[in-house]
Amino acid sequence: MTTLTDPPKEQFRLSMLLYDTRYRSATIQVIAMIGFMLLAAWIISNTIQNLEALGKPVEFGFFAEPASYDINQRLLEYDSRDSHLRAAFIGLLNTLVVAVLGCITATIVGVLVGVLRLSNNWLVARIMTVYVEMFRNVPVLLWIVLAMAILIESLPAPRAFRGENPEATMNLFDSVAVTNRGIYVPEFLFSRSLGDIHIFGTSSLRFDISLDLIAILIVLGGSIFAMRKVSAWAQAKQEASGDRPTIWHIQLGILFVPMIVLLTILGFHLGFPELKGFNFTGGTHLRNSLIALWLALSLYTAAFIAEIVRAGILAISKGQTEAASALGLRPGRTMRLVILPQALRVIIPPMISNYLNLTKNSSLAIAVGYMDITGTLGGITMNQTGRELECVLLLMLVYLSISLSISAVMNWYNNRVKLVER
Amino acid sequence: MKKSVILGAATIAGLAAGAAVAGTVDDVKARGKLNCGVTTGLVGFAAPDANGEWQGFDVSLCRAVAAAVLGDASAVEFVPTTGKTRFTALASGEIDMLARNTTWTFSRDVDLKFEFTGVNYYDGQGFMVPKALGVSSAKELDGATVCIQTGTTTELNLADFFRSNNISYEPVPIETNAEAQQQYLAGACDVYTTDASGLAATRATFENPGDHILLPEIISKEPLGPLVRHGDHEWGDVVRWTLNALVSAEELGVTSANIDELAAGTDNPEINRLLGTEGTLGEMLGLDADWAAKAIKAGGNYGEVFAKNIGEETPIGLARGLNAQWTEGGLLYSPPFR
Repeated sequence: MTTLTDPPKEQFRLSMLLYDTRYRSATIQVIAMIGFMLLAAWIISNTIQNLEALGKPVEFGFFAEPASYDINQRLLEYDSRDSHLRAAFIGLLNTLVVAVLGCITATIVGVLVGVLRLSNNWLVARIMTVYVEMFRNVPVLLWIVLAMAILIESLPAPRAFRGENPEATMNLFDSVAVTNRGIYVPEFLFSRSLGDIHIFGTSSLRFDISLDLIAILIVLGGSIFAMRKVSAWAQAKQEASGDRPTIWHIQLGILFVPMIVLLTILGFHLGFPELKGFNFTGGTHLRNSLIALWLALSLYTAAFIAEIVRAGILAISKGQTEAASALGLRPGRTMRLVILPQALRVIIPPMISNYLNLTKNSSLAIAVGYMDITGTLGGITMNQTGRELECVLLLMLVYLSISLSISAVMNWYNNRVKLVER
Repeated sequence: MKKSVILGAATIAGLAAGAAVAGTVDDVKARGKLNCGVTTGLVGFAAPDANGEWQGFDVSLCRAVAAAVLGDASAVEFVPTTGKTRFTALASGEIDMLARNTTWTFSRDVDLKFEFTGVNYYDGQGFMVPKALGVSSAKELDGATVCIQTGTTTELNLADFFRSNNISYEPVPIETNAEAQQQYLAGACDVYTTDASGLAATRATFENPGDHILLPEIISKEPLGPLVRHGDHEWGDVVRWTLNALVSAEELGVTSANIDELAAGTDNPEINRLLGTEGTLGEMLGLDADWAAKAIKAGGNYGEVFAKNIGEETPIGLARGLNAQWTEGGLLYSPPFR
């Protein structure tokens, strides 16, 4: 007969933290963590102490002071009496503009180049190789400066448009002026505008939302919703009767008629640029600095995206292409309907990094005098107030937030397109 | 606090380091070299010549200080700084003094914790336009595109000027004088604005200087002077009195030509005290007795430095104007050497 006895209850002793393998790794991690936190605390207190000894305690009150400088490209109203915070906000919007424009252009160019690099046409494939190697092997700063230099030196100054026989003339029925100060394009105007909604009153972060824009978006959204419904109806009918009704004219009508009606109600017209005094006035002014930065950043990043796209496509087995052609799909449709959707799984994660890179590279804007957040908050504000630490910390926080937001959106998209497994 | 410097400097890009540095005079002597911050290149004020030697009005001041402290006018390491990097360079201790057309303002003196050690050039902000533009006054510049160096007081003056005259403009911010020149000459901006002396210096380098005019309006007071870090008074005194020595030398008629003769002793006690043959002024500063004589020998007195680098005989062609001695109706007025 056997007796069962409980194993002796092990008492916890302090030395076990070190000698017992069950606890040891945790002990080491806790100690390392404490050490790291102490180090961080020491660095921070040291910095603050030193700054105080220098007579520069860390404080953010200067943000409420008037900035006293002007910013050329401002998406919201701003003048030199507004606060430093407002100036930083205007700069932030400029950063976002160039980042969004850059990401879109880089994606389009990158995907095109990536696909063309795999083309069976020898010449096209080689040209794309040259493009990729040229752009990704030269620092982006040089591309930015080069783009700016070309714009400034090769295009005519506004005064070349003047006189009886001007050296330069406007393009596209006198609606677009290309000068070495930027490109002036017609702007959208509404003679019976609905006005704006003012958000945040008179604070530094105030901004206006155009009711016209909201109305247009609502109508557009409604049209697209209706088009989908029609499409679904056609699909249902096809499945029931095997006969697909012709709907393209209905679709076009749904898309355009409400929009045209709305624009007529709002009194839509174009404002054309014209030469007045020193510069063109009217129209929208796309400044040199924006164009140079946008072009250089997107062409540079597109080279990387092209390689990612190529890698993604090559990752899809050849059998998929063969199967698609066996089913009678033409090469273009094979790419669009079979290969690319699968390749996206491979493409999206590295693509996120490139979007982040482009956004962060936009901080090189000051090289061409583009007033992004690095130029306002991290440039003039920092220089005029002498608050380096505060400005740089805030700048880091801003870029971190932008980058994390991009990551979050792209990760969500990545989760949507990834292969659903059971 | 000394031992904490290394980490502080490493983490916050050298921001915190300045606090612990004291005794710049000793540092400079121990190093055997003066680190002097200058512009990235503005002919007449500070620019390397064909042989790569830095030359100019501000450069001469650096050399005079080096001569006074180290006895060698060539013992200077010139550190080019932009309008944006200059203050960080000085605050972090990368440079010992800044001689870079820097305007003496309240906030730079008090809030940024620097010490201006005098004024070596009384300036004001002006505008340069191509003659072909047909503009004769800055008030006609409504709607013009204006090139401006970013991170300078001129940026703020410009905003104030156009605002108070209720006219609009389009600022084009630019990092360095060279870029401004490129944009201005290509017609990407109608107007270039900076200190009038800087405009004259820039215009002198143009192919056809005659095609460009300076508008009559001077819209600000820009007393330009050398500066050092707040708190190190001995060093501040050295720089201040070196500048004063150059100014006094001109007033007293001491030039690089006659200084050896005068240094043997004269009947004028003030000259004797300046040149160190009488009194212990050098010792009070912690320098050799003939510190001022060495400083003056480095490039001559204030008038000689002015004439050689930016005076009317040079391509830059600036008149003395406000920068004449007080005895000749200018503002230069050195406290006595006593």
